[in-house]
Amino acid sequence: MNGTRREAPDGVTPTALLESLGLSPGRVAIEVNGRVVRRSDLGELRLRDGDVVVIVQFVGGGCWPSRSAVRARRARR
Amino acid sequence: MLAEPERGTGAKGQALTIAGRTFPSRLIVGTGKYPSLAIARQAIAASGTSLATVAVRRVDLSRREGESILDILESLQVAVLPNTAGCSTAEEAVRTARLAREAGLSDLVKLEVIGDERTLYPDNEELLKATRILVKEGFIVLPYTNDDLVVARRLRDAGAAAVMPLAAPIGSGLGIQNPVALRILIEAIRDVPVIVDAGVGTASDATIVMELGADGVLMNTGIAGAADPVAMARAMRLAVESGRLALEAGRIPKRLHASASSPIEGTVR
Repeated sequence: MNGTRREAPDGVTPTALLESLGLSPGRVAIEVNGRVVRRSDLGELRLRDGDVVVIVQFVGGGCWPSRSAVRARRARR
Repeated sequence: MLAEPERGTGAKGQALTIAGRTFPSRLIVGTGKYPSLAIARQAIAASGTSLATVAVRRVDLSRREGESILDILESLQVAVLPNTAGCSTAEEAVRTARLAREAGLSDLVKLEVIGDERTLYPDNEELLKATRILVKEGFIVLPYTNDDLVVARRLRDAGAAAVMPLAAPIGSGLGIQNPVALRILIEAIRDVPVIVDAGVGTASDATIVMELGADGVLMNTGIAGAADPVAMARAMRLAVESGRLALEAGRIPKRLHASASSPIEGTVR
């Protein structure tokens, strides 16, 4: 999940996962194995062991990320 | 002789219309680089904007969330314009736009695909590719591009809801480096708004952009990086309004010699 390994109950829905993380589903979006999960599917989809989950939100931004963000991204690669 | 810019091609006044949606201000602001969220809030309010860009980033799961930029925009009743900043391929940009739509329930996207890290110039080939895909998926696509008329035409033909040429490199504050190219572009692209994006350093730059006939202007660093961002935000608001008013008012022609403005008759001799 977002680059780190996390434990969650098998078959958990994205909605339940967000709740357990204290995130409001109205403010984030989820990608599972590279596919964006439609808002209407958040309570339906079942997550399985090994799924790669990316959760994003909006942050302040105008254009290209700051140099420090670029450096951090390079370091992750 | 070079004629003065025409008095605006879109609707008159201070409102900006994109794909049928009307925003009360022609100034669009970015929400990055502010010293704090409190200053961001005051500056965004002072700018009088009705549309602001936000970036899409992974949630940091190790940190608790505080007030977010979305809370601020919501309370100021400013519409959200998600951007694809940080993307350097069409694929990344499309993926980011899709995530933004699900997170923000907005079909608007400021499409940015960067081809060079030093200048942050757009990769127009990838930009076009991403525009075509996203338009097909129902997005209202606002692509950041350079001041190249041919590319602007292709973006418009691909279904872009506006064209956003740069005035100078992003964050450079250099002002309008090629007013001729911008004017040519503004005069040729008449069916979608032309919004100058990037390069504005101070209020006079914003005024000149509007006097050139642009439908709108987008800036971030020019406000957020100023010594007093809140004061600069107000300056930019007035500058954009002034430039638009002056354009519509129709300026006097430039002439080489003086032209008296007091009557000659009755002069005391």
